Amino acid sequence: MGNFSKKIEKFWEIFYEHNGYTKVLTGLENTLYIAIVGLAIGIIIGTLIAIVKVLPKYKRIARILDGICTFYVGLFRGTPVVVQLLVAYYVALPLLGINMPALNVCVLVFGLNSGAYVSEIMRSGILSVDPGQMEAGRAVGLSYRVTMMKIVVPQAIKNILPTLGNEFIALIKETSVVSFVGAADLYVAFNYIGSNSYEFMVPYLVMAIIYIVLVMIAALLIRLMERSLRKSDRRN
Amino acid sequence: MIDVIDLKKNYGNLEVLKGITTTIKKGEKIVVIGPSGSGKSTFLRCLNCMEDPTSGAVIFEGVNIADMKVDINIHRRRMGMVFQQFNLFNNKTVIENIMLAPVSVGLQELRTAKIKNFFTRVKNVFTPNKKALIPVNASKAKIKAEAKENALRLLKRIGLEEKANVYPSTLSGGQKQRIAIIRALAMNPKVILFDEPTSALDPEMVGEVLDLIRQLADEGMTMVIVTHEMGFAKEVATRVLFMDEGRILEENTPAEIFSNPQNPRTKEFLSKVL
Ligand SMILES: Nc1ncnc2c1ncn2[C@@H]1O[C@H](COP(=O)(O)OP(=O)(O)OP(=O)(O)O)[C@@H](O)[C@H]1O
Ligand SMILES: [Mg+2]
Repeated sequence: MGNFSKKIEKFWEIFYEHNGYTKVLTGLENTLYIAIVGLAIGIIIGTLIAIVKVLPKYKRIARILDGICTFYVGLFRGTPVVVQLLVAYYVALPLLGINMPALNVCVLVFGLNSGAYVSEIMRSGILSVDPGQMEAGRAVGLSYRVTMMKIVVPQAIKNILPTLGNEFIALIKETSVVSFVGAADLYVAFNYIGSNSYEFMVPYLVMAIIYIVLVMIAALLIRLMERSLRKSDRRN
Repeated sequence: MIDVIDLKKNYGNLEVLKGITTTIKKGEKIVVIGPSGSGKSTFLRCLNCMEDPTSGAVIFEGVNIADMKVDINIHRRRMGMVFQQFNLFNNKTVIENIMLAPVSVGLQELRTAKIKNFFTRVKNVFTPNKKALIPVNASKAKIKAEAKENALRLLKRIGLEEKANVYPSTLSGGQKQRIAIIRALAMNPKVILFDEPTSALDPEMVGEVLDLIRQLADEGMTMVIVTHEMGFAKEVATRVLFMDEGRILEENTPAEIFSNPQNPRTKEFLSKVL
């Protein structure tokens, strides 16, 4: 036990006195940044793909778009996100001659990746909306697109909010691989503390606790949001 | 107003409408009756092309709207439709339900006019014979205000103005259906299509909905009503169509068709439901 308190002392020395905590804060910020902006991008891409997927297929353009979306979803769901990160950072962007900070690459890749997952969630959300809603919109002379965006998608999003929350939690966890391309997340921060104190037990333990707390807070927020939505259902 | 010419509709191999020809004149109240599965709903839904006819024509105000090349949205705005299941927009308040289409269409027309005027202006710079601009006397705010005023007027008419800002989930079936009817009215339609508007209602709410439909009928609205309410049909119809197996087997005034049906299938059907 004396051994363990010495470890904690060492950790505290680097964490507090040598400003390790600023790195932790940066890491936390980056993790949340990637997860939040990634999910936002994912929702936009996922909604577009989902709409293509539920589009009536008698026009050729709809079938072509459908093919492209199927390929996209297959690509991003069929490969590990680490591989996507590495390929984007070390293969795709250099080939295109684009120079981009690692953090932005991560946001982009996680956005594209979560777009593939969100598209499936959103598709089932759209299908769960009563077809009568689309019919009523079309019957008053609104176009398919306007009815979709103003009537069907908002109801679909409400239906899938809990599932989207789970996707957000999954994203928070998955961001723990961004150090592969040199983005500074929690792992980088605690690894720094560990290497400088020659002691890894406490830093990684604290890291695990931070992840757990993050996920618990996210889950709590989702539950609150769900409850307020349900309340508005009743009141109105 | 609507000319239906040899209208056919297939679902895969199933022939649901087998050639329907009829004319609906301004001010007529057509009631469509017939056994379940005879194609009444399909016929009604082909009138505003919610279902695309397999063949035949639906001429509405001189345009064959069954032609896939016409912009159906423009013509549908002149044809209201009321559904058995009400289909109010769940994510919109009552007043938003009524205002959505008028505002959205108004804004779209405004946008189109502005874009056209922009190009006319650019062209006028380079050509000697100047073209006139489309007069734009609306603004976003004005369109919204007018739609709101109209919506409130309609709500007042059915005595539900205090429900303007609630969501449909808190309304009774009868209230929902009456709001669905004024939502259709908000677009100033030339004709309203009703598909069993009272079938999903509790019996005590049927009356209020039929009363509203009757009022519209008295004001001269053209309507096509699919219904199982034979009493109501007798009372408001100017003409009754009896459909069976995808065909109109008999059409006549309600007095004639109910008291003196000619076709044996009509007789059989009426003996069951009357
Ligand atoms: N979307 C569809 N796909 C396949 N078949 C359909 C579809 N819609 C209707 N049908 C079939 O077409 C036939 C006529 O249906 P329709 O709904 O027009 O009948 P209806 O006269 O309105 O009957 P009801 O009084 O029960 O409402 C039925 O056999 C029905 O199963
Ligand atoms: Mg029907």
